Amino acid sequence: MILVWLSRYMIPFVICYLIGFGLLSGRPVFDDFLDGAKAGMKTVAGILPTLIGLMTAVGVLRASGFLDALAGWLAAPAAWLHVPKELIPLTLVRMISNSAATGLVLDIFAKYGPDSLIGMAASILMSCTETLFYCLSIYFGSVKVTKTRYALPGALLATAAGVAASIVLSSFL
Amino acid sequence: MLHYLWSFMIIVGMVWATLHGTLDAATQGLIDSAREAVMLGITMLGIMSFWSGIMEVGNKAGLLEWLTEKMGPVLNFLFPRLPKDHPARRPISVNMIANMLGLGWAATPAGLEAMKALQPGGENRHIATNEMCTFLILNISSLQLIPMNMIAYRSQYGSANPMAVVGPALVATTISTLAAVVFCKVVDR
Repeated sequence: MILVWLSRYMIPFVICYLIGFGLLSGRPVFDDFLDGAKAGMKTVAGILPTLIGLMTAVGVLRASGFLDALAGWLAAPAAWLHVPKELIPLTLVRMISNSAATGLVLDIFAKYGPDSLIGMAASILMSCTETLFYCLSIYFGSVKVTKTRYALPGALLATAAGVAASIVLSSFL
Repeated sequence: MLHYLWSFMIIVGMVWATLHGTLDAATQGLIDSAREAVMLGITMLGIMSFWSGIMEVGNKAGLLEWLTEKMGPVLNFLFPRLPKDHPARRPISVNMIANMLGLGWAATPAGLEAMKALQPGGENRHIATNEMCTFLILNISSLQLIPMNMIAYRSQYGSANPMAVVGPALVATTISTLAAVVFCKVVDR
């Protein structure tokens, strides 16, 4: 509970701490801030094309209905692995879009309730996985790396471990 | 890899839509997503510039150097071949700490800076190094300790105990991160 309390006040605390520390070390903090913010703007401007390219591709794939079909094909093997069927589309979408995955989780919450087995599994899943393809594209795209070697298999393994952990842990609660 | 992935998503999406009569929806999805991407870009432009600025304040005050030093053992373990004075050490430290604390907007600019610093020069520029792979896999394994977003959504949807996710999430994120570390260690040998 202390951790949760800390998390809630983390953002204002970090901001005040960094600025306060800068002031006490006699730095011109606003000038430093402007330098950093300028560099940050350049960074964002640099990844915007990647963002547009990726999100349009994801948009096409989702709107075409392909992801729903893919979730349907995966239903049988997933059932064999004791994966609840609502978690299949969520796992797929989780890897490509954070906002879309959040939408699916809220649907699950509305339908089954956040405290249900499936609601709990979805809550944990969202907390222990990341937007795999988004991170991969943004991070490697920003430095124009095209040969990603073992990054994708490793990332898929970490995601699979997270999904498996969510299912097992939620069934124990 | 990214070339194939990206082409695959667009072509499969379009072909699938043609075969299943959802071509209008797919085209609309493309347009909507393009707008969504720009909206997200505008949000990022504001909040990520802000965090980059705040981090630069900490950097100039010497705080990040201190943080990097404290992270030394972790970095040495995860990136054994990274020299002690490598410029990527600082942004990697900032990215990991920010991720753990749930400051995603501060983590991304640092992560991108780390990627740039890790990139080799010359002909191998387009090939990911072991360090880049490890760094990326760790980021994707999710380092966030407390899922504040999920707690907020759970309470919004009437959960009797929104905080119930905290303990299991911590265990699950440890498991996914451990899987990532073990994988990287095995491949990196």
